[in-house]
Amino acid sequence: MHPVLKLVAQRIALGLLLLLAVSVVIFAGTEALPGDVASAILGQSATPEALANLRDKLGLNEPALYRYFSWLGGVLTGDLGTALTNGQDIAQAIGQRLGNTIFLAACAAVISVPLAILLGLVAARYAGRWPDKLISGITLSTISLPEFVAAYFVIYLLTQLIPIFNPVAMVFPGMGFWEKLHAVALPVIVLVLVVLAHMMRMTRAAILNVMQSAYIETAELKGLSPMQVIWKHAFPNAIAPIVSVVVLNLAYLVVGVVVVEVVFSYNALGQYLVDHVSKRDLPVVQAVGLIFAAVYIGLNILADVISIVANPRLRHPK
Amino acid sequence: MTDQLSHLARMAAKGRMTRREFNSRAAALGVSAAVASSMFATAARAEEPKKGGLLRAGMQGGESTNTLDPALAASEVPFAVNMIWGEMLVDVNAKGEIDYRIAEEISSSPDAKEWKFKIRSGVEYHNGATVTADDVVATLKRHTDEKAQSGALGIVKGITEMKAEGDMVTLTLASGNADLPFLMADYHLIIQPGGGVDNPAAGIGAGPYKVVVNEPGVRHGFEKHANYFDSTMGHADQVEILVINDNTARTAALQAGQVQMINRVDPKIIELLKGAPGISIQHVAGRGHYVFIMHVDKAPFDNNDLRMALKLAINRQEMVDKILGGYGSRGNDFPINSAYPLFDDTIPQREYDAAAAAEYYKKSGHDGSPIELRTAPGAFPGAVEAAQLFAASANAAGIPLTVKLEPDDGYWSDVWNVQPFCASYWGGRPVQDQMYSTAYLSTADWNDTKFKNPKFDEVLIAARAELDATKRKAMYSELANLLRDEGGLICPMFNDFVEAKRDEVGGWQPDPNGELMNGRALAKCWLNA
Repeated sequence: MHPVLKLVAQRIALGLLLLLAVSVVIFAGTEALPGDVASAILGQSATPEALANLRDKLGLNEPALYRYFSWLGGVLTGDLGTALTNGQDIAQAIGQRLGNTIFLAACAAVISVPLAILLGLVAARYAGRWPDKLISGITLSTISLPEFVAAYFVIYLLTQLIPIFNPVAMVFPGMGFWEKLHAVALPVIVLVLVVLAHMMRMTRAAILNVMQSAYIETAELKGLSPMQVIWKHAFPNAIAPIVSVVVLNLAYLVVGVVVVEVVFSYNALGQYLVDHVSKRDLPVVQAVGLIFAAVYIGLNILADVISIVANPRLRHPK
Repeated sequence: MTDQLSHLARMAAKGRMTRREFNSRAAALGVSAAVASSMFATAARAEEPKKGGLLRAGMQGGESTNTLDPALAASEVPFAVNMIWGEMLVDVNAKGEIDYRIAEEISSSPDAKEWKFKIRSGVEYHNGATVTADDVVATLKRHTDEKAQSGALGIVKGITEMKAEGDMVTLTLASGNADLPFLMADYHLIIQPGGGVDNPAAGIGAGPYKVVVNEPGVRHGFEKHANYFDSTMGHADQVEILVINDNTARTAALQAGQVQMINRVDPKIIELLKGAPGISIQHVAGRGHYVFIMHVDKAPFDNNDLRMALKLAINRQEMVDKILGGYGSRGNDFPINSAYPLFDDTIPQREYDAAAAAEYYKKSGHDGSPIELRTAPGAFPGAVEAAQLFAASANAAGIPLTVKLEPDDGYWSDVWNVQPFCASYWGGRPVQDQMYSTAYLSTADWNDTKFKNPKFDEVLIAARAELDATKRKAMYSELANLLRDEGGLICPMFNDFVEAKRDEVGGWQPDPNGELMNGRALAKCWLNA
């Protein structure tokens, strides 16, 4: 077996173990929350009778261990169950929302990743001079702004002052691709502003770090232009740290954007998860938690693999 | 001048101006009376319903956990959704009278124990079936089943027998209740084919619009029910509710024209929104109220002098001004206001009186240990600030009231109805009996002040079967006074429904029964292009 394949297989096995551990943690966490599904569903209208009935109907009287393992069995056979609160099929509900989450994340990533790396390269090229200071200054201020402030700001700017976009970014099946893009424009802008700085700074730092090496000096002495040196010689050797930061931000774009979803009423997974956490709808929380964990772990495996492939020393271990 | 005239015409069209006002102001612009009169008629006619288009509301109060089962509707969006696709036997209209819907005639025996509802003939469900008396009985029966978890269980529990004969439904009650028709207007009691027993969340009813899209927590889309029985509703071809829980986003969507009406305008921004072009604020005094509730069976609140001290130590006007932004009215420590029929407006308003509060506090002999008031941001909008205002005014009277902040999570299960003193809210009910019976009768499920007063119970039950309005009013007045002077309820304020709509929406009528014209705004309004 090729050592890289073996490494990847190991990573995936480890990832699956991690997922199992995560499912236990999520389960324990939701159990520890005050109140249960029945009281959360009925809210102020709870009577003792209604509570007992609902608990019975939802199977909440079974021991926690039993509930955990019967759920796990379902997941392994591809059955996520139905939501306790409204009886909707979880897999179906999640499917559409996961699609929306990925659509938003992808739109933001397609813009932010190349832009961040390009800006990072430019900043490294002109390190310490005005283009560097300008780029750093702007991206650092956008990352320092809390997401919802940035969101309200773009809402005001682009729906009230210059009314070209809609403040509510819901997307539906049946909308055309461009229509969808128009709908999500504002959240995408906000997310790009939020993730840009981190990736840009890491690109800049990684490149500058490599620029100290002796072979860069050789390349410069060969007479290559500074941009050529960076692009051909410095960048390939700086890929590993850049990729891990990019992946971290991609993971954030998938799992961490609930605030942006709420502000723009975007119908994606984060809002769905929060609604069901507040109702203690355990099967949904478990399922979404698991998906988020899988995305995180999967992306990190990807980052590892890319670093290995990018690094000859890891690619051809002695 | 033409600009001003057309402005006047628009005002008239929106019903903001009477004919007399219009004529005199038109005359000031040099228009003759005859011309002005005909102009007024044209303008007013322009306000006739326009057909077609897509009318959208942006609403707070929807979650992805919502269902179309009317028995389970608890928040604002499911309520409004159900009012669009469903019909009850009757509605309570804006004047507090019964509007006949599925039922077209109601009669009762003199003791108000036996009620007959004549079912309107030829009313069609969205699936083409016709509404029958059997459906009505099956619907009511489903709500009596504990397993249905219906929010209307308390209402239908008192019905001992239900019968369907031809187009007549006969309900027999355990004890007489003159308010039964009002109870049948409860929004959970939507008539469903076969009672909705097979699939309660099918969303098939006899309402003005059919459910086309049902994405809980995101949007609910509807299209016109072609064979709807009532031509005064259902003007737009399609209506839609977008769930926009964020205050700022909801307001921005209205300003951008993405939606034409929104519920729950944040009191803090009302003044700002008023100046926005093309938008008007709509508010109406409702029956909902914000409360602080004490368990009268737990120390120290088992002492009526202490309760009275607290009731006198709250500054109601300040609450209305600061928490409701002026969009509300003062409460008087009983859950009824002038929006209810048979309200007694001669009961004196309780005012903030630090000296009297201090005196009652001294008389109560309380040991001076801190009195904890529990609150959470979700108890009602502004609940934390209201509790702090209350604590400040009480401390000024020498009462050691302290605020304990609780998390929203689990508030309704672990704090409300459990802890002896906390913040809460009530949505109000169409009639006094229902409000009192829901929360203040000794045996009430939701007796959240643990108020158990035999005299109160006796008068309340007697009032139910009393068909003489004057006597009934006196009885309700007695109940109000009992609760006001001995109950565990501190009711500082009744909140208005504050909403906003765009100017192109026609047909808006304030309705104190519920948000967005009691959930009927999308069905009753139309879009002026």
